[in-house]
Amino acid sequence: MSNIGNMKIDTNGQTVIGIDIGSTTAKIVVVKNNELVYDCYERHFSQVRPKTLELIQRIKDIVGEDDVKVAISGSAGLGMARCADIPFVQEVFATGETVKKFQPDTSVVIELGGEDAKVIFFKGGMDERMNGTCAGGTGAFIDQMATLLDMSVNEMDEISLNATKLYPIASRCGVFAKTDIQPLLNQGAAKSNIAASIYVAVANQTISGLAQGRKIEGKVMFLGGPLYYCQGLRKAFKDALKLDDEHAIFPEYGRLSVAIGAALYASKQAISFKIEQIEGKIEKSTQEKIQTAHGEPLFENESEYEQFVLRHAKAKVESVYPKDYKDTYAYLGIDCGSTTTKLVLMGENGEILYSFYDSNRGNPVQIVKEQLMELYRVCGDNIIIRSSAVTGYGEELIQHAFHIDHGLVETMAHFTAAHHFNPRVDFILDIGGQDIKCFKVKNNAIDSIMLNEACSSGCGSFIETFAKSMGYGIEEFSKLGLFAKAPVDLGSRCTVFMNSSVKQAQKDGASVGDISAGLSTSVVKNAIYKVIRATSVDDLGKEIVVQGGTFYNDAVLRAFENELGRNVIRPSIAGLMGAYGAALYAKSMRKDSSTILTLDQLSEFTHTSKAATCRGCGNNCQLTINIFGGNERYISGNKCERGGKLNEDASEIEVIPNLHRYKRERFEEFFKNSNEGTRGTVGIPMALGMYELAPLWYTLFSELGYKVVFSGFSSRQIYTKGQYSIPSDTACYPAKIMHGHIETLIEKKVDMIFYPCLTYNINENISDNHYNCPVVAYYSELLSGNMESLRGIDFVYPYLNVNDQKELTKELYQIFRNRDGGFTKAQIKNAVEAAFCAYDKWMSDIKAEGERAIKWARENGRRIMILAGRPYHVDPEIGHGIDKLAVKLGFVVVSEDSVYHLAQAPELAVLNQWTYHARLYAAANYAAHNDDVELVQLVSFGCGIDAITTDEVRAILEKSSKLYTQIKIDEITNLGAVNIRLRSLLGALDFSSLTEDEKN
Amino acid sequence: MNKKQKKDKITCNGIDRVLFTEEMRKDYTILFPTMLPRHFKIISKVFNHYGYNTVLLEDGTHGDEKAVIDAGLRSVHNDACYPALLVIGQFIHALESGKYDTHKVALMMSQTGGGCRASNYIALIRKALKKAGFEYVPVISLNFSGLEKNPGFKITLPMAHRAIYAVLYGDLLMTLVNQTKPYETVKGSSEKLADEWTDRLVQEMTNSRIKYSAVKKNYDLIVKDFANIERTSEKKVKVGIVGEIFVKFSPLGNNNLEEFLISENAEPVMAGLMDFVMYCAYNPIKDAELYGKGKKTAWIYKIVCKFAAKKQNDMFDAIRRSGIFNTPASFDSTVHAANDYISNGVKMGEGWLLTAEMLELIEEGVNNIVCAQPFGCLPNHIVGKGMMKPIKETHPNVNIVAIDYDPGATKINQENRIKLMLANANEALMAELDNA
Repeated sequence: MSNIGNMKIDTNGQTVIGIDIGSTTAKIVVVKNNELVYDCYERHFSQVRPKTLELIQRIKDIVGEDDVKVAISGSAGLGMARCADIPFVQEVFATGETVKKFQPDTSVVIELGGEDAKVIFFKGGMDERMNGTCAGGTGAFIDQMATLLDMSVNEMDEISLNATKLYPIASRCGVFAKTDIQPLLNQGAAKSNIAASIYVAVANQTISGLAQGRKIEGKVMFLGGPLYYCQGLRKAFKDALKLDDEHAIFPEYGRLSVAIGAALYASKQAISFKIEQIEGKIEKSTQEKIQTAHGEPLFENESEYEQFVLRHAKAKVESVYPKDYKDTYAYLGIDCGSTTTKLVLMGENGEILYSFYDSNRGNPVQIVKEQLMELYRVCGDNIIIRSSAVTGYGEELIQHAFHIDHGLVETMAHFTAAHHFNPRVDFILDIGGQDIKCFKVKNNAIDSIMLNEACSSGCGSFIETFAKSMGYGIEEFSKLGLFAKAPVDLGSRCTVFMNSSVKQAQKDGASVGDISAGLSTSVVKNAIYKVIRATSVDDLGKEIVVQGGTFYNDAVLRAFENELGRNVIRPSIAGLMGAYGAALYAKSMRKDSSTILTLDQLSEFTHTSKAATCRGCGNNCQLTINIFGGNERYISGNKCERGGKLNEDASEIEVIPNLHRYKRERFEEFFKNSNEGTRGTVGIPMALGMYELAPLWYTLFSELGYKVVFSGFSSRQIYTKGQYSIPSDTACYPAKIMHGHIETLIEKKVDMIFYPCLTYNINENISDNHYNCPVVAYYSELLSGNMESLRGIDFVYPYLNVNDQKELTKELYQIFRNRDGGFTKAQIKNAVEAAFCAYDKWMSDIKAEGERAIKWARENGRRIMILAGRPYHVDPEIGHGIDKLAVKLGFVVVSEDSVYHLAQAPELAVLNQWTYHARLYAAANYAAHNDDVELVQLVSFGCGIDAITTDEVRAILEKSSKLYTQIKIDEITNLGAVNIRLRSLLGALDFSSLTEDEKN
Repeated sequence: MNKKQKKDKITCNGIDRVLFTEEMRKDYTILFPTMLPRHFKIISKVFNHYGYNTVLLEDGTHGDEKAVIDAGLRSVHNDACYPALLVIGQFIHALESGKYDTHKVALMMSQTGGGCRASNYIALIRKALKKAGFEYVPVISLNFSGLEKNPGFKITLPMAHRAIYAVLYGDLLMTLVNQTKPYETVKGSSEKLADEWTDRLVQEMTNSRIKYSAVKKNYDLIVKDFANIERTSEKKVKVGIVGEIFVKFSPLGNNNLEEFLISENAEPVMAGLMDFVMYCAYNPIKDAELYGKGKKTAWIYKIVCKFAAKKQNDMFDAIRRSGIFNTPASFDSTVHAANDYISNGVKMGEGWLLTAEMLELIEEGVNNIVCAQPFGCLPNHIVGKGMMKPIKETHPNVNIVAIDYDPGATKINQENRIKLMLANANEALMAELDNA
């Protein structure tokens, strides 16, 4: 039976079957007498071959005795087609067949599948683009997001239509998006707004990621499951592409287009079958032996598992029923995590009186309220909460909402708990819903903290989401993995890549258990090799405590022990360790009574939230205003103090030296210049290398008589303006934002745009060589080739030598001698000299300000943070206001280029060959030799060179027993996570200076 | 820092560098990674001939890819580029295999010293060695920019001269195999012939003198032998391969890309290793021209380029004379191929050469191109992905697909994308044949 009505499909009267096996769904169509007589669209839950067989059996009667032609398509259909010896057609090609037949005036097709996203251009040279190694922004991503919002995809779609406001969400990868969405949920943002924002993110991702500089215009057809089902997603695409109903086509057969294309392809094939033959072929293919790489089973047999369970049962905390509790006072710890909320009520002797662990279902405030009421009920009049503490993502929100006595950063909470549990602990690994945290412990203090970078996070919830998508609960899913015979090898990279690895395993016929066990091993490998980056077991330590909810999963725990080749301790309260640590902290900080809301206050407690945008500065932070009990307000989402109600602190913050702010203010002076030129205007894009050399070029052109126009600092708007022409989505954000700067200059109608190609940067004689990175050096070549708006614009990007004034004069003379009225060589020479004077002054000013900042810090007893990266990291959009956050936490902030002259780079293991990095190494050495100076390294996502520098900087610092902190930044950065890092750094510093004091 | 110190620092970069001494030369085995199996087999023999006991590693080429990748993942920063991970994986895997007395081996790796992070492979190898407890193993940098020096290792002019022949032999065999294998009627005959010739050439590399006339004669003999391979006359889609040097050439790096294309009924086409060698020699010339830098040494590179180009042309002439096989573009024309698209000043990684190779392929009528790159390869943002749009604008019929390679990327995604390209290409070929 067909669900579409009488759809005519011309197959010359032949009976034809088209099959499309995607990453999550199977589709089949049957065409008879040029008419679609049967279609079906169902999830296959990884049972690719059995499902296909089932579908074939279902259509046996319809096909009857006819000679039938058949073709298979789809990403999961390839292996099966090959094995069953049935014609295969690539799925985008199949889509093309369908479109050419039914809507030949279509100019672009956008198709979203389970894990694929495709854009096909039909007009002006057919061109087809698929997503690369990353599966972000697809059906699987939408599924994941719905799970995160604790809704079905349909519910999410419905509420998205009521949105009143949009938040920026990264859709490049599900993990990034989660880090964006989670804080929004925790801050109480409306789910309708989040849902709509998710769709907008998907639309933007598809458009910018796949169109890659080609404009999507004309008639656009939307295909695939998600675009068939989700109205909100359709709306997001229409809005993003500015399409009216006539130009946005959502055909009824949208989700079947590949299957129909396969049928059309099949009709052109010479060979035909009887349906029984096809059935036989596919049946045979289900028996094919598995080919994917395999690991060892987690457990050989049941008894091995029993021993394992017994061993871990020993690590437990005593529990006491509240009614049996002998003492009066108790201590409350709350861990409001990213996906779960944990709560522990602890007695005087560390015993647990009450505990709670559950998903926070996107509304932690409500959960905590319910739990506190329950707690009061359980405690009755016998037990008094004397002190309370909260930790985790939702720390500030919960602390404000319920007047919790103390807040502490989660890393310290976990350390406190593990330390209490095993005083000899020297390594703690915590895998939570979407964070991996690990710390080494030395001398009773945290020695180094490693948090997962955004790209490999989400591990715990990843397994859960995956289990759900395959139709299992997490417990059942992990059980299946315990005794799997042949766990699949899924690699050890970002979880998004695992999606495709799982796809491959499914293709090869792996069982659900094999996949479950494989996922557990991957999560563990991610933690060990990607986060901890251990090379041997001894790297980790001897007394290892593992915790976090993910370790309740025996498959993960076993995989971890197997990978290490040694046993570890998993406390029975593995998932409650944060809350338990908070309770311990509450106890240590106890006063006579707690400020926590009483039962009466709780029963009157209300919570509402609304969204707002801060206009305090250029960052335009998205704020969430939480209102408790009608009159108390807590504002979250702001990067600095201005947007909050804490304005009184702002003036103090302006006083604290901050080199990033200083440099921005100095740049602003250039931007505001009022030099009127007589030779025309030169536009300078403020991105990449311009953050180093703007003073030089500004002076040069001013001296030559040009008016210099800057594109200004970056903003999200500037990025969006240029994102359509970005050809390589995996380039770093500082490069990608360049496109928007060029667009801005074009809008300003400058006569010429200038961004030279500089293979070599300034030689400061402190390194082996003085290169720029390839992106900084040659990005103009890319801009020139990919930005259509640059056609007809005078874009000047000569190859210049900035290390030899004479040579530079010669080069510039070549270019400018006959331009804009002509120049003499002497004019150029003078301008070059002035330019270098200006540059030298710029650099010496920065160094002087750096020295002043350090002096100020020492006089005022402040810690100094070298917020180190590249010059362009001071851009407010690229640096995301992290400098302000650091100041807020009490640091004096200096940049790497303001202090590198105070120390020399030590002997390095690597070739010191880039100007910017040479400064980084020297600055790191300065931090290494000064107790009051810490270094935090900013690393842009996608910076290949920093794979080398980060290890080196870490080595320099650790040689002097200094903590190394790295922050990866991208288009969107969750300041919450940065906050945790910086506070953990502070916590560790405080902890160690405390123990130092104790020693003295 | 004075000039002298700076010089020392370059040559003695790093803290624990173990030198490869005169002494070691006598009884040490020098391991080097495989990239192009046949080329490197012949090159290895050149080293042997000049008194170095080199051994070409074959780890990762006999079904043990996974072990090599795992060794790499354990030893290198996982964000480092894939080629580094594979090369280091090979080294560590070999050292841990028990096949070698680790106190009697050295490792050899090429180093360009350019602005791409690949210049730091040597440093990454040393770090990996230290982590794995092999810090006493010397690492020899094979470079022409005077980076690190070792008393026991020196490339002499005659040696380099002989190596050029080795590279050209390798290029010739590769070119001919790619043109015969897809069409051979007896499966395996092309590979077999290439293997036989490799063995023979390896033997000849140890001759005390190599006469150039003999080399040229060999070219003709090789071409003749390949011309005699029985082949079908069917038309197949030609697919060009360009990319980052390691993943372009190494079957380990690109999941056996050539093999895959042939199995999908296509003919792979790729420029040889000599072009990359000449590209490296050409860059200092361009530097002098653009920045007035190193003018004093530029003339040497000019001579090298001219010499190598002459040798390459002699080899190409042999192919041309056959009248049967397609002759690759000579470096003389490659140098100018991309001038309308990108400056030859782009010299990091594969730089302008990659763009030029795409355009040369199109010029030869190869309209389908795979651009193979390690995930996150910086120069490729510019010269690969960054040049596709302008190239397609001027050549609307051209299909270029960028394929990323890294330890996490699955074969199925890579193959699916290539299959898409092939589906379109086959359709175009059919239409062309119908019209003819």
